[in-house]
Amino acid sequence: MATRKVGLPLMNVISMKGVPILQQLEIEECLLRTSSDNWCIINDGTNKPNIVMGISGKPSELVEIKPVIEDKIPVIRRFTGGGTVIVDDGTIFVSFICNKDSVPDVQPYPRPIMSWSSLLYSKVFHGIADFKLRENDYVFGVRKFGGNAQSITKNRWIHHTSFLWDYKTRNMSYLKVPKRAPDYRLARDHLDFICPMKDYLSRSDFIDKTIEAARSHFSLASSDPPSNFEFTPTSKLLTKQELEAALIKTH
Amino acid sequence: MAMASRLWASKAASFLKISTFNRAFASVVKDLKYADSHEWAKIEGKCATIGITDHAQDHLGDVVYVELPEIGTDVTQGSGFGAVESVKATSDINSPVSGKVVEINEELSSSPGLVNGSPYENGWIIKVEMSNTDEVKSLMDCDQYSKFCEEEDNH
Repeated sequence: MATRKVGLPLMNVISMKGVPILQQLEIEECLLRTSSDNWCIINDGTNKPNIVMGISGKPSELVEIKPVIEDKIPVIRRFTGGGTVIVDDGTIFVSFICNKDSVPDVQPYPRPIMSWSSLLYSKVFHGIADFKLRENDYVFGVRKFGGNAQSITKNRWIHHTSFLWDYKTRNMSYLKVPKRAPDYRLARDHLDFICPMKDYLSRSDFIDKTIEAARSHFSLASSDPPSNFEFTPTSKLLTKQELEAALIKTH
Repeated sequence: MAMASRLWASKAASFLKISTFNRAFASVVKDLKYADSHEWAKIEGKCATIGITDHAQDHLGDVVYVELPEIGTDVTQGSGFGAVESVKATSDINSPVSGKVVEINEELSSSPGLVNGSPYENGWIIKVEMSNTDEVKSLMDCDQYSKFCEEEDNH
């Protein structure tokens, strides 16, 4: 993987499997804030179901709190924007952390970054599926299979995606239909709105093709995740007390 | 390079059926000072009122949430003190000056869209008591900032 093309910026690739999503988010925020390198982080499934909200997410509006508390489903508020997902071992996570100067044709704002990412993934799904970026989601036709979120700092940005390679339908019942939803959703509930990637390609093919697509923009090198970093992440696991307080708000 | 960028962008736009080109000539206000990270500062003695520019709000999209610092927080020129959420992104807001936060715009908690609708007036974000008024000399005036935005968008 250490093939270097002259002229392409370097990107370090961290390949993980089954890493807890909170740990992944902490690694990402640390690298975004404290590193000056470009990174691609792949986490092939997370170890157990977690609900992950965006930075401004309110559990009373987004989550069926009573069953979440009863079933002890962790609820995380992450450092990036965007909506709420429930992730598990069927979710594949791909994150790109870039210096804005490494991708100078991409203005460091949400929509240009989203466009850039969709061109990268269009290479992944070329000849395999009817892939489109629809508003801010990755879809096959009208069904969402990948959710995106970003964080943009002065000189760097992260664009990360949770891909639904597979999911358990019962887990979707922990999520409410959000008030803020893309127009194309047309008030569909979760099971009518999403679709799994597994019908189109295998996990390993998806990961291999994603790395290959990244190779057209960057010189890739394998790397280990950072450890013992001195950084205070802002993604946090909500406490039971916070969830109970949110439950009171819904009544 | 600019032509190649425009060609790439128009191919992407055609594929995605979106418009990538923001409106020309975002507004600037004459007597404000501007940072290259697209924040403005209104200097009144030792006090600076700070917000994000029309160029920034136009490129960010509809703001749905503003993360505000607490009153009393120290801010440093060029460093982040808060964030706005728009589309699916959190974007840092950087302070054009150093000092201490003395007031925050609490209206933004219930009406974050003020940042879009009134970026230079009702959408102000914080007020800072400056620790070093000389820092203002490193900020751009409205003409310099307009030119900076034009160059950035043509890159």
